[in-house]
Amino acid sequence: MNSLVSIRNVTKVYQLGTQRVEVLHGINLEIPKDDFVALMGPSGSGKSTLLNLIGGLDWPSGGEIEVEGSRIDTMSSAEISRWRSNHVGFVFQSYNLMPMLTAQRNVELPLLLTKLTSAQRKRNAAIALELVGLKDRGGHRPMELSGGQQQRVSIARAIVSDPQLLICDEPTGNLDRQSATEILALLQTLNREHGKTVIMVTHDPKAAEGAAHVLHLDKGTLVEQAEAVA
Amino acid sequence: MKYLHLIWAALAHAKTRSLLTMLSVVAAFILFGMLDSVRVAFNAGGSVTGANRMVVVSRLSITQMLPFSLLAQIQAIPGVQKATFASWFGGIYQDPKKFFPNFSIDTGYLDVYPEFVLPPEQRKAFDDDFTGAVVGETLAKRHGWKIGDTIPLSATIFPTKGSNAWSFKLDGIYHVEDSKMKGQENLLFFHWKQFDEANDFVKSKVGWYIVKLDSGDHADQVAKAIDKLSENSDHETRTETEAAFNQAFVKQIADIGLIVTAIMGAVFFTLLLLTGNTMAQAVRERIPEFGILKTLGFSDGAVLTLVLAEALLLIVLGGLIGLGIAAAAMPTISAASGGVIQLPTLQPQTWAMGVGLMIVIAFAVGGLPALRAMRLKIVDALASR
Repeated sequence: MNSLVSIRNVTKVYQLGTQRVEVLHGINLEIPKDDFVALMGPSGSGKSTLLNLIGGLDWPSGGEIEVEGSRIDTMSSAEISRWRSNHVGFVFQSYNLMPMLTAQRNVELPLLLTKLTSAQRKRNAAIALELVGLKDRGGHRPMELSGGQQQRVSIARAIVSDPQLLICDEPTGNLDRQSATEILALLQTLNREHGKTVIMVTHDPKAAEGAAHVLHLDKGTLVEQAEAVA
Repeated sequence: MKYLHLIWAALAHAKTRSLLTMLSVVAAFILFGMLDSVRVAFNAGGSVTGANRMVVVSRLSITQMLPFSLLAQIQAIPGVQKATFASWFGGIYQDPKKFFPNFSIDTGYLDVYPEFVLPPEQRKAFDDDFTGAVVGETLAKRHGWKIGDTIPLSATIFPTKGSNAWSFKLDGIYHVEDSKMKGQENLLFFHWKQFDEANDFVKSKVGWYIVKLDSGDHADQVAKAIDKLSENSDHETRTETEAAFNQAFVKQIADIGLIVTAIMGAVFFTLLLLTGNTMAQAVRERIPEFGILKTLGFSDGAVLTLVLAEALLLIVLGGLIGLGIAAAAMPTISAASGGVIQLPTLQPQTWAMGVGLMIVIAFAVGGLPALRAMRLKIVDALASR
């Protein structure tokens, strides 16, 4: 199998005062390139923790994580920052846009870390905004956009530097059904037509239906892997 | 420069707070610009080398008078073109609040100060009048004096025949061409001969000598020769530049440098607390935003730099505006006061020190918040949203 993400015996332990809390217990997982995986499970099951580890936002306490052939669990803070900017796009439940920047400027943010010129950054951001259907909203600030539109901006920001992997943490969690459906459709398009590998944490079974595979986590352990209908 | 919009956005996050903080920086640097210019102006004494006019004072204290007999000896030193003298009188006109400097002077005093422009007929009238006086144009205008008026002064140090009442007839009104020297038009001069004869306390004593040299090239040697005249006597002298003399004169009242340092220390300490608190709050409120930046690939160092740049922009912008206002205000105040208030122009060293202070303050107030932002763990930062 041509795996994009290989997780081997990964554990994550938090130290809360004197208490040691093991959130993930020896997770093993392979996610192929171009896959669309939904990660489900009850609150506190370790979904977001696992997602953060795959996205290089945190380090595992044990085990190995390999993404696109790179061992990210052994990278330093500076190395993993650089790696994230080149290989992963993030979409969050609360959009996480910079409130004082316009949609265009928000989308340009990851490109500031590249050597692109200002004009190239603008052009790439405009393309990304067009791809998510917000061609004419580049000059608006997040507060001037609806929740669905903000999430589209967030997706445009995630794809603007053309990463292979999209990490989505409850991307439809703050949206009404209509907007949620549109966002899911957009993620599916990115997966099917643009070859992006999508890993999405969700509580919403409807949202999970849009994925190619559904993984269930419970108490820090993968309990089941289901093939989705989509 | 590609990050500038990010830094601006950070400052715009809480516009009112940023504006008020910047205003406090502006106010602090206006004060700094003005006070430091005064300090620099007062401290610009320098060496006697190159000076062609020097002042001879008592080595012990500027308040110690010197014997009149030194005049001829100083005049005889090679390189001295002319020696003259003056003495502080310190009389009060009507009310202590209306105080202006007044001196008794030698007849040749005005010859070594060509910047005091007095019409020849007025100069002759003054020279011929034992009780005559000349005043600056600004002072005459302020009190509405005309030639021929009698100016009464109440002595504070030197009574005459048991009374403090002195009076002088106004024989001349001089003016100063250089607008930067208009403060020199606030003086009154009268004859030392009258002072020497009429005062009850000191006889044949002068306050200080003014020496005009043939050339400034040999100022050091002439100064040494003058001081050698009274070596090991009870009236040893110190020959110095006019600027140094003026400094010493003002230091009788107060140590300008110490006052400026003390005031600015208090101002900048307050500024540090204020802007430090503002920066800390600004970073605390934007922890999720720093989390986002790190998520997108901004390194710890880049986040640290952004916060420091934000502090630097806030302080440097406010500081430069403050110094700019000070630079513009000082000549304006001087001009508007008609020469009563003479503020120096903002000196290059004040600009340099100001910019240095801005950078130090920016790093001091931005340092800790920047370190905090740098050390943020992404997961914790995003969770705080």
